[in-house]
Amino acid sequence: MGDLIKDMAAFHLDVLKEISNIGSGHAATALSQMLGKRVDMQVSRVMPMPFDEITEYVGGAENLITSVFLRFEGDITGNMFFIVDKEDAESLVQDLAGIQVEGDFCEMSLSVLQEVGNILSGSYLTALADFTAMEMKPTVPSLAIDMAGALLSYGLTEIGKSSDYAIMIDAEIQAEGMGHVRKDGKKGKTGHFFLLPDPESFEKVFLALGVHQYGGH
Amino acid sequence: MAVIKVGIADLNVAAYPDTITTLGLGSCVGVTLYDSTTKIAGLAHVMLPSTELSKTAVVNKAKFADSALPELVDRMLKKGAVARRIKAKMAGGAQMFQFKDSTGQKSIGDRNIEACKMALRKLGIPLVAEDVGGNYGRTIELFTETGMLEVRAISKDIKHI
Repeated sequence: MGDLIKDMAAFHLDVLKEISNIGSGHAATALSQMLGKRVDMQVSRVMPMPFDEITEYVGGAENLITSVFLRFEGDITGNMFFIVDKEDAESLVQDLAGIQVEGDFCEMSLSVLQEVGNILSGSYLTALADFTAMEMKPTVPSLAIDMAGALLSYGLTEIGKSSDYAIMIDAEIQAEGMGHVRKDGKKGKTGHFFLLPDPESFEKVFLALGVHQYGGH
Repeated sequence: MAVIKVGIADLNVAAYPDTITTLGLGSCVGVTLYDSTTKIAGLAHVMLPSTELSKTAVVNKAKFADSALPELVDRMLKKGAVARRIKAKMAGGAQMFQFKDSTGQKSIGDRNIEACKMALRKLGIPLVAEDVGGNYGRTIELFTETGMLEVRAISKDIKHI
């Protein structure tokens, strides 16, 4: 028997990519309104990945990241992360609240980050729920700043019961100019939304969108 | 000398002079086993407490506490370790995210810690040191010369246990 997650058909991956684009498009608009700047969204990337590759994908298991995590329940269930690296998080706090961060984040800047994460992941999920006509109720999001491996693996435990792979649904948004030039040469602030539906939810999404017949699984 | 890396839901063994490490433990628990005479060590990066949670027919033994530790001991014995000399250390099992509406259910980190301790008891392996719980991620490295376990976390001092 094949692994449902690992062997997902290319067609279905494309459908997930489209869903992710819709979610991140709405989130980009929300961020743009908050910042009063242009925010670009990249076309989403969707791929089955072994757990270790997921942490490599975000710069390695020990890479310091800022992450808002929430779980959604309802017709479909799963986990969601909004991730920015430390420098980008500092720059967001500066732009939104005028707080200059030196070293650790203060209480105020943490609540700014928490709020940004709440608004953006909320608008992403609302767009998804509207598009699929499925109920997705987010739990209260939680903020943590720590090693990528430690944070992401928490969101993989549910999937871990069924597979050693997760479908990484990654949407990237990038705020205009003003930020620093990052290590990877990109300019500006980049945020990632990782959507990690529970394995049982994929079938429901495809059914809701009328695409469950395709792909031969 | 090599540094042997163990991934998420993975296990491996090492012998002197190599060291063995796993990065970014959150709610997962890293269990190290060590035979001080042969200087053979093992490390499992446990993700879930019990194979009862598995929804698949074929189980990745390294992922669950109850299957990972017996498997790790087997691998060490095959390398020449002696069962009665094996001692355990562990780290991890944190609660990375705090939730206001928590239902009083034990966190996955706590459940992993308990399950690893239970699996060690079943195997008759003494747990000689631990650095578990809390709300932060950990990287661990076991040095096979002494069996010393180094625990590293962001903006915290390095611990040797």
